[in-house]
Amino acid sequence: MTGVDRKKSSLKDIVSKVGLPTLIIAGFWILTLVAGAFLDISTGTLISDTLKRAGMNGILVLAMVPSIQSGTGPNFALPVGIVCGLFSLVTAIELGFTGVSWLAVSILLSIPIATIAGYLYGKLLNAVKGSEMTIATYTGFSIVAFMCLIWLMIPYKNPKMGWFIGNGLRETIQLDGVGAAQLLNNFLRFEIGDFIIPTGLLLVFLFFCLLMWLFTKSKSGIAITAGGISPKFAKASGLNIDKNRIIANILSTVLAAIGIIVYSQSYGYAQLYSGPLLMAFAAVAAILIGGATASRAKVSHVIIGVILFQGLLTTALPVANKIFVGLDLSEIMRMVVQNGIILYALTQVKGGEK
Amino acid sequence: MSDNLLNIKNVSKEYYGNKVLKNINIEVKKGEIHALIGENGAGKSTLMNILFGMSVIHTTGGYEGTIEIDGKEVNIKTPHEAMLHGIGMVHQEFMLIPGFTITENIKINREITNTNIISRIFGKRYENLDFKKMDKDARKALDTLDMGIEEYSTVAGLPVGHMQFIEIAREIDKTGIKILVFDEPTAVLAEAEAQNLMKAIRKLAKSGIGIIFISHRLDEIIDVADKVTILRDGEHVVTKDIKDTSAVEIAQLMVGRKVSIDRSEATARKKSDEIILSIKDLRVAMPGENVKGISLEVKKGEILGIGGLAGQGKLGIANGIMGVYPSKGEVIFNGNKLTLNNPMLSIKSGLGFVSEDRKGIGLLLDESIELNIAFTAMQINNGFLTNYGPFKLKNSKEIRKHALEMIKELDIRCTSPTQATGRLSGGNQQKVCVARALTQNPTLLFVSEPTRGIDIGAKKLVLDELLKLNEKYGMTIIMTSSELAELRSICDKIAIICEGKVEGVLSPLAPDADFGLMMSGSRKRDVVRSDS
Amino acid sequence: MQNTTGERLKNKKDSSWILDNIVTIIFIVFTVVGFIVSKDVSLNYFLNELTSRLFRNAFLVLSLIIPVLAGLGLNFGIVIGAMAGQMAIAIVRYFTIGGVSGLFLCFLIALPIAALFGYFAGLLYNKTRGQEMIASLIVGYFANGIYQFLFLYTVGAIIKVNPTHPMINPSGIGVRMTVDLFPVKDGGLKYALDNIMKIPFMWAVLIVSVFILAIIVLSNNNKKKKSKKTPMYFLNVAACTIMIFISVFSIVTNNSLMQVNKVPVVTAILIIALCIFNELIMKTKLGQDFRSVGQNQHIAAVSGINVDRTRIIATVMSTVFAAWGQIVFLQNMGTLNTYNAHTQIGMFSVASLLVGGASTSKASNRHAIIGVLLFNSMFIMSPDIGKALFGNALLGEYFRTFMVYGVIGLALGLYVWKTNKKSRITLE
Repeated sequence: MTGVDRKKSSLKDIVSKVGLPTLIIAGFWILTLVAGAFLDISTGTLISDTLKRAGMNGILVLAMVPSIQSGTGPNFALPVGIVCGLFSLVTAIELGFTGVSWLAVSILLSIPIATIAGYLYGKLLNAVKGSEMTIATYTGFSIVAFMCLIWLMIPYKNPKMGWFIGNGLRETIQLDGVGAAQLLNNFLRFEIGDFIIPTGLLLVFLFFCLLMWLFTKSKSGIAITAGGISPKFAKASGLNIDKNRIIANILSTVLAAIGIIVYSQSYGYAQLYSGPLLMAFAAVAAILIGGATASRAKVSHVIIGVILFQGLLTTALPVANKIFVGLDLSEIMRMVVQNGIILYALTQVKGGEK
Repeated sequence: MSDNLLNIKNVSKEYYGNKVLKNINIEVKKGEIHALIGENGAGKSTLMNILFGMSVIHTTGGYEGTIEIDGKEVNIKTPHEAMLHGIGMVHQEFMLIPGFTITENIKINREITNTNIISRIFGKRYENLDFKKMDKDARKALDTLDMGIEEYSTVAGLPVGHMQFIEIAREIDKTGIKILVFDEPTAVLAEAEAQNLMKAIRKLAKSGIGIIFISHRLDEIIDVADKVTILRDGEHVVTKDIKDTSAVEIAQLMVGRKVSIDRSEATARKKSDEIILSIKDLRVAMPGENVKGISLEVKKGEILGIGGLAGQGKLGIANGIMGVYPSKGEVIFNGNKLTLNNPMLSIKSGLGFVSEDRKGIGLLLDESIELNIAFTAMQINNGFLTNYGPFKLKNSKEIRKHALEMIKELDIRCTSPTQATGRLSGGNQQKVCVARALTQNPTLLFVSEPTRGIDIGAKKLVLDELLKLNEKYGMTIIMTSSELAELRSICDKIAIICEGKVEGVLSPLAPDADFGLMMSGSRKRDVVRSDS
Repeated sequence: MQNTTGERLKNKKDSSWILDNIVTIIFIVFTVVGFIVSKDVSLNYFLNELTSRLFRNAFLVLSLIIPVLAGLGLNFGIVIGAMAGQMAIAIVRYFTIGGVSGLFLCFLIALPIAALFGYFAGLLYNKTRGQEMIASLIVGYFANGIYQFLFLYTVGAIIKVNPTHPMINPSGIGVRMTVDLFPVKDGGLKYALDNIMKIPFMWAVLIVSVFILAIIVLSNNNKKKKSKKTPMYFLNVAACTIMIFISVFSIVTNNSLMQVNKVPVVTAILIIALCIFNELIMKTKLGQDFRSVGQNQHIAAVSGINVDRTRIIATVMSTVFAAWGQIVFLQNMGTLNTYNAHTQIGMFSVASLLVGGASTSKASNRHAIIGVLLFNSMFIMSPDIGKALFGNALLGEYFRTFMVYGVIGLALGLYVWKTNKKSRITLE
């Protein structure tokens, strides 16, 4: 073997190990960072924003792990969990909680609600094996539309959430009002120059990653993964695949619920109505960028993916604004990258007889 | 020079250096019914693939020898060319679209069309279908076969016998059909339907079509064929006129004695008379391997072989008892009635299973050897776990220790216990499967096709290992295999399964002809000597 | 003509009839309830809305039929066809070519663009076999990104345009959010198709009723198999006869129903032409190939049909029709919502088709037309129902969004569930 050949094959190894999409997005991000540096945009700010947004979105992306591992594919019905989280969050406000107690109550309340929703959703997925992704997407859409009716009719009276006239809740609820904006972000937050670390937020994200990682090492986690990789193997080994798929989707739904609460506090607003409609796609794209496929995912994919994807979006915005004045290129790029990566992943899905 | 429709001359085929066909010579005359018989892997399907120009032949380097049709040498590269040369096939699995009418199925992709204005501009694909003409053709083909059904009824819901005839009608509707291949045509048919089919085949032959009839049913071959060619291990054993031979002879030639069986009679065997497993009227819905009412008894410490041709249901037995496919019947294991259709309970009760589908059911190919070995024991028997309150995490240390032991004991050749099983050779993969089954400490082990896809050297090792398990732990083993020779080398007795039922139980030392006849389901003819 | 295509596959069991038609039933019940509870909707208002929506949307919904029959499922990707249509309209509008000739120029320009898009979509669907529906949804989102880049940036920055043109942003880069298409008399495209010829609504009802009655009676007499005249047959005949009487009565007495807006004849003819095309194509060799591939790709391939190519052709046809459908839609709207007009097209069209009784593997012209009528009835009624029942029109609007997604989810879910149940391995 000649030197060139060896180089080629080692390059190939890297590509196949890391995954082409991950490499492309990473390259692109570095490119925008460099461009940003040339355009006098503070790299520190860009990186801090990236970290903040990664921490914000992280748990939502993490919610993809159990569902992918169980073989139901990326959880396109993420909104099911998200609306559970939003419901808990507004209920906690209605009950008059503020600050840390609001956060605690929201999360505690969201867990049982999301568990029930996840259980029902898991049941549904078991009935539609083979087309989970399509059905999940419309389940997510339907639930968001249904919740629009609920938001409008819910008899909550707290003036911080209601419309100024008439019934129902506002489209966006300011969390400043309950002293809950950036609650986690500001915990142990520190700054080095223009480089800001939202310590609390990152710690929470990493804590959930650790839990998830431990779960994948548990008896139940291993059983779920086996059922996802090879249902036949799992069945012959005496596992109850349907039950495992339900457990996985309960986990995913609960993570989505907690994820949106963490997201909202960091964002400073809770977005109701059609806000959650397309959130699943961004989360799916992030984990795919991290190197996951529609049938395999690890916690490391979440961390890599969410940093790369959010990094790219955060950096592209100011950079593009300087190059293409008056054009929101960031939004366009989000659409192309996000949906492009999902399409790529779909072409890699096996199945569907010819 | 001759009136041969088809001449297959010195045809050989190699797959990656592995000779699967050696110098086959077959001649089929006009109006002749030529039977082709052989065990699984004898080369029948490879020969047919060559005849039909299947891509699997040409992507693996083509074949040697020549094929002549009507005395002219042809080189068939695609199934379409085969069709143009007048070769047709009636598939074992029906190639019929249930939602289509009979006419539409008969005429699929050979529709009769009329030109219209659009098609003159855009091409043939836009021509109108001429259902009148198509119906007429279909009617004609159906009439040839004495089929009374209406050509415009849909195929869905027709009895299987009719579907078979529609397949035949499609072939004879093709213009210039010269040679028609029937691949196990009666496998799915009831007695009376099979009789009808035989009649139809004779009628077709009379009209001058050459027929290649692939079947394992000896009585049918004797009944309908003019000549029979026997293949064994890719070799052309003999071609005989039916009138010069008998079922017994064909059976004997088909099974043959590949290698002299060296039965390694172990000394320390502990066979008892206690019945450990009793199966009564077991039915299993395993696609392609249906079990239709099997009763068997297995004694403790015994090695029972289950043999038979592919598709007859031998593989369904283990899969059914282990709950992999839906099953019904009564299974008593160790004195307790086994709950069927629940793999977990089967495993818990002490049954182990090494599946024939190593890559699908047997292994998690992307996972490590150690996880594969520990998996079932961990999930079903809560082994290899450390408890942290209600949470159970896997105990990596213990898993590693056990895996290393197993690797040593079974001599699994690998770089480390963390190597992915997908990277191992077939024989080593099989050993991992065995290791996993052993880790569950089973009292009875089902082993299906243990040597499939394993090279010859490793085969012996796997068999020796099974024998050793039986000897050392007194483990009862039920081994299912398509390779008669390997069953005969280690089993105490061998049950032959034919058409979903036990055809008979033979001693491993019984003559070849007995095996051959039983595998072909010809016991009814009373040619089999009763087993001692 | 109405009894179409997928219909040779007959439904047998009556027991599952309700389940098979659950979506349609929900919508019929909803519309009827709507009429009962709402007070503000007059029949004339309802009919006005419904007819204009029918002629606006039917072409798009009809463009979904071929992919269903070719086994690709519901092509949410007609969105990219709609984009092609909008590109054509933008080009024609930029050069201010109006009237009928401008409109047909639109059709002509849209053809190659949509065909190309359809070809790429077809390639993608072949690579995502078994997941076509989710792929078709996502490809719409993906293409939307590229579309926005094209319209927001390329136009002006790369493609030189006149910066003072009324459809270009004041900055000289990008197309405006909304582009007025002008009435025909001012050299625009608005109603270019609709206004060629119009006839009173009740005349149209009369013609259609007579036409349908003739078809029902004739086709029933023509049948080879002397099938018994079903109750459905008599029901249809009776319905047509009643419609004929009502319309004749209205025309003679010139009652309030004559106030309903006139009906665009040429648009109707185009829609009927697409119905006939859908019908005729299935009677050709290509159509038979669509069906073969749709029913079983493996058998089709073994029989020598080029499965991939056939699927691509189906996608291309669907995309091109969607592009034309969007042009028909926009000439009726009169304004081009550059960045929004196409986004919901796939979802609404699919929902309409499903409401008409279609499924992932079964669709016909009849499903499309009934679906458009029922779906839009719901659309028209729901704000009023919301107001009447809850005193909140917004509620009705959210409710109809819920119905769109819910209907798609329910219909697809039921279909998969039924298919899975059928394919389960069982003893005997």
